[in-house]
Amino acid sequence: MKKQARLVLENGVVFHGAAFGATGKDRTGGEVVFTTSITGYQEILTDPSYAGQIVTMTNPLIGNYGANNDDLESRKPFVSGFIIRELAEEYSNWRSTESISSFLSENNILAIEGIDTRKLVRILRSQGALRGIVTTESVSDKAILDEVQKLPIMTGLDLTKGVTTSEAYEIAGTLANAPHVVVIDYGIKQNILRKLTAHGAKLTVMPSTVTYDEIKDRKPDGIFLSNGPGDPEAVTDGIETVKHLVEGKKYPIFGICLGNQLLSLALGGETYKLKFGHRGANHPVKNLETGKIEITSQNHGFCVNWDTMPDSCELTHLNLNDNTVEGFRHKELPIFAVQYHPEASPGPHESDYLFTQFMQTLA
Amino acid sequence: MPKRTDIKSILIIGSGPIVIGQGCEFDYSGAQACKVLRQEGYRVILINSNPATIMTDPEMADATYIEPITPEYIEAIIAKERPDAILPTMGGQTALNAAMKLNELGILEKYGVELIGAKPDAIKRAEDREEFLATMTAIGLEMARGGFVKTTDEAMQLIDLVGFPAIIRPSFTLGGTGGGIAWNLEEFRDIVQKGLDASPVTQVLVEESVIGWKEFELEVMRDMADNVVIICSIENFDPMGVHTGDSITVAPAQTLSDKEYQKMRDAAIKVIRAIGVDTGGSNIQFAVNPADGRMLVIEMNPRVSRSSALASKATGFPIAKIAAKLAVGYSLDEIPNDITKLTPSCFEPTIDYCVVKIPRWDFEKFKGIEATSSQLGVQMKSVGEVMAFGRTFKEAFQKAIRSLEQSRYGLGSDGKDEFEIDEMSDVEKIRTMEIIRERLGQRRSDMIFTIRYAMKLGMSREQIFDITKIDPWFLNQLEQIVRREGELRQAAALV
Repeated sequence: MKKQARLVLENGVVFHGAAFGATGKDRTGGEVVFTTSITGYQEILTDPSYAGQIVTMTNPLIGNYGANNDDLESRKPFVSGFIIRELAEEYSNWRSTESISSFLSENNILAIEGIDTRKLVRILRSQGALRGIVTTESVSDKAILDEVQKLPIMTGLDLTKGVTTSEAYEIAGTLANAPHVVVIDYGIKQNILRKLTAHGAKLTVMPSTVTYDEIKDRKPDGIFLSNGPGDPEAVTDGIETVKHLVEGKKYPIFGICLGNQLLSLALGGETYKLKFGHRGANHPVKNLETGKIEITSQNHGFCVNWDTMPDSCELTHLNLNDNTVEGFRHKELPIFAVQYHPEASPGPHESDYLFTQFMQTLA
Repeated sequence: MPKRTDIKSILIIGSGPIVIGQGCEFDYSGAQACKVLRQEGYRVILINSNPATIMTDPEMADATYIEPITPEYIEAIIAKERPDAILPTMGGQTALNAAMKLNELGILEKYGVELIGAKPDAIKRAEDREEFLATMTAIGLEMARGGFVKTTDEAMQLIDLVGFPAIIRPSFTLGGTGGGIAWNLEEFRDIVQKGLDASPVTQVLVEESVIGWKEFELEVMRDMADNVVIICSIENFDPMGVHTGDSITVAPAQTLSDKEYQKMRDAAIKVIRAIGVDTGGSNIQFAVNPADGRMLVIEMNPRVSRSSALASKATGFPIAKIAAKLAVGYSLDEIPNDITKLTPSCFEPTIDYCVVKIPRWDFEKFKGIEATSSQLGVQMKSVGEVMAFGRTFKEAFQKAIRSLEQSRYGLGSDGKDEFEIDEMSDVEKIRTMEIIRERLGQRRSDMIFTIRYAMKLGMSREQIFDITKIDPWFLNQLEQIVRREGELRQAAALV
């Protein structure tokens, strides 16, 4: 018999389903969001940008290819919870070593299946991302709803400190005279590190609270600002450090996702929260410099307000679904950033050229 | 890019008669193309030998010719109508072959008619086996190991590379006569010799067998600005060895991780670019070894295909309509999405449901060959198909079986069983098991019902997989249906 579970949303809507993963856990709370990625659930679960969030898959059939030890984007899953329509009873794939349920169980993540995720996604699309709790407890909906109301809202939350590396560490380059990149880890996905090294860089990965002087001491050739969870405006020390880096005019800088937002804030721009965010592997983005369209992997709840950006910057990438900012460059300095995920994993690979572009700025 | 103004009139070639192996799906794509191109202000001329189609209705084209699809007739139409361009990618293989013939005969050049959608060299690269293999090798993609040989000695040198079973296909024989599958050296030597004798050019293709591998397809679209999008991934329930038209197929692909899916997506994009299909849709087929994930390119259709029709319906992305617009110069981001109206067509559909297609056969119409004809192989035998949507595979699958209108109401439990296993004595069960085992090994059209009997007789998923090579994930889905049936039977007994 499967253990019963409920999802209670802050608007009072309750979904009944069955628990999987860490079924012994009483409850888990967070911001309920959805992703339209058909594949890549293990990469999604381990993407630190999902910290504080309960992720819903719009693809109804999940767990079909099990879990393995290679498709991890960080040391463990950082999602607060996981919501799906139907969990595969058996998995089948030559690379899989265990089921997704046992993977979640080992990592103490409570998940729920068997709910009408289509209805849930419709609610999230019309009302925006909502706070919610997944619970296996037999207490009243009302009692759980009271707990949901006490959860923090995403706006104003700095979640980077919970996911960044505690110590700086180095990743050797493959070439003798590889350019040296300092990576500020706000919750970085492993595939970004793999891409940077594959493109020939050697890396020093530093915690999110790193200062300008600490970076300077490492004598880098360039700086990379990573993706990460939460509200970018709340990452005040990060914004401060990036401001220094920009004003120092010393280093080429490349930012992805939260890195893009921190760079915008440091340059004097503002960010705002999107209604239900962009999460999926099928977002069309137009490269305004080439006119070409890229199908991109995305995961962000906040966005840069282009009207607030200084004239020193120009828009380079635009989301074709809602015309929001997907990337920009500085007109004079070797500084550029994108809101989406050129490292993919999960998602399409066609934006890989941005890593090449970054390497070219490192003299 | 705006639409082309240097062309004013376009000839569309239809797909001719409806025959097994080529269904009415090309009437739909051709009709869509006629509508769209007329809306765009082009004069549309249509040739199709089949008057029982929608596209030959009087209001569909500006001029309709119900004539045989042969170079002679098409030339006469070209001479009379003087179209600026021919769109050959909407009428299946028939239209593509006709266009290639016109090119070879110099008719296109003579009248200054341009092929739009796919150029002759791209069509040739996709369709000629040797050119296709060379192109795939050049872009680093693997195909089944093997090669063309002219003597048995040459063939013997290939056998280490190819391994057993080995597939032998003589060149230029009708319907592949003289070919076969060899399981050992003796058979190999024998079949190669027979194949060489049968081939008018004394040449055979010796190839590694991928029978039993997982089969996938991607529907790809490309525009003049070189934007490429994947419309849909499709996974075949039946493994390699059964023609896709005779396979149960599922969208989206169910058993690929993101790493494997993206590898296939990258490959598909490389293929459409290297083959050089300028605009429109293509269908690219892959085989994946279930044991180690080795991925091979099987083939590519540089045109709207049977699977495009499935992908269009499964995703809501109107492939034929968009392909027609791309052929006259629009880019994907200039065409609005039919469903949202607000966003462009340059995106990759994502779906929150599962789609199952099941073919329908009518073997009773092939008198005298009934017994063997229900066995499926590389030649398509189905006469139609149904498609159903569900939030789970099981839901879509059961709905599809009902829709076949073969008076089955799902996977069993409808009183229409050939074997009443629940009523059988142990001896009868053992006897039935022998029949079922044998049937599992023959790729029969009633495979799904045979699997159910096997499960009811106590065969494990592993045993069934060993014989059928149907992916364990799919087998487990059927197992769940059979198990639920058992639960319901027991519940009824309680009342």
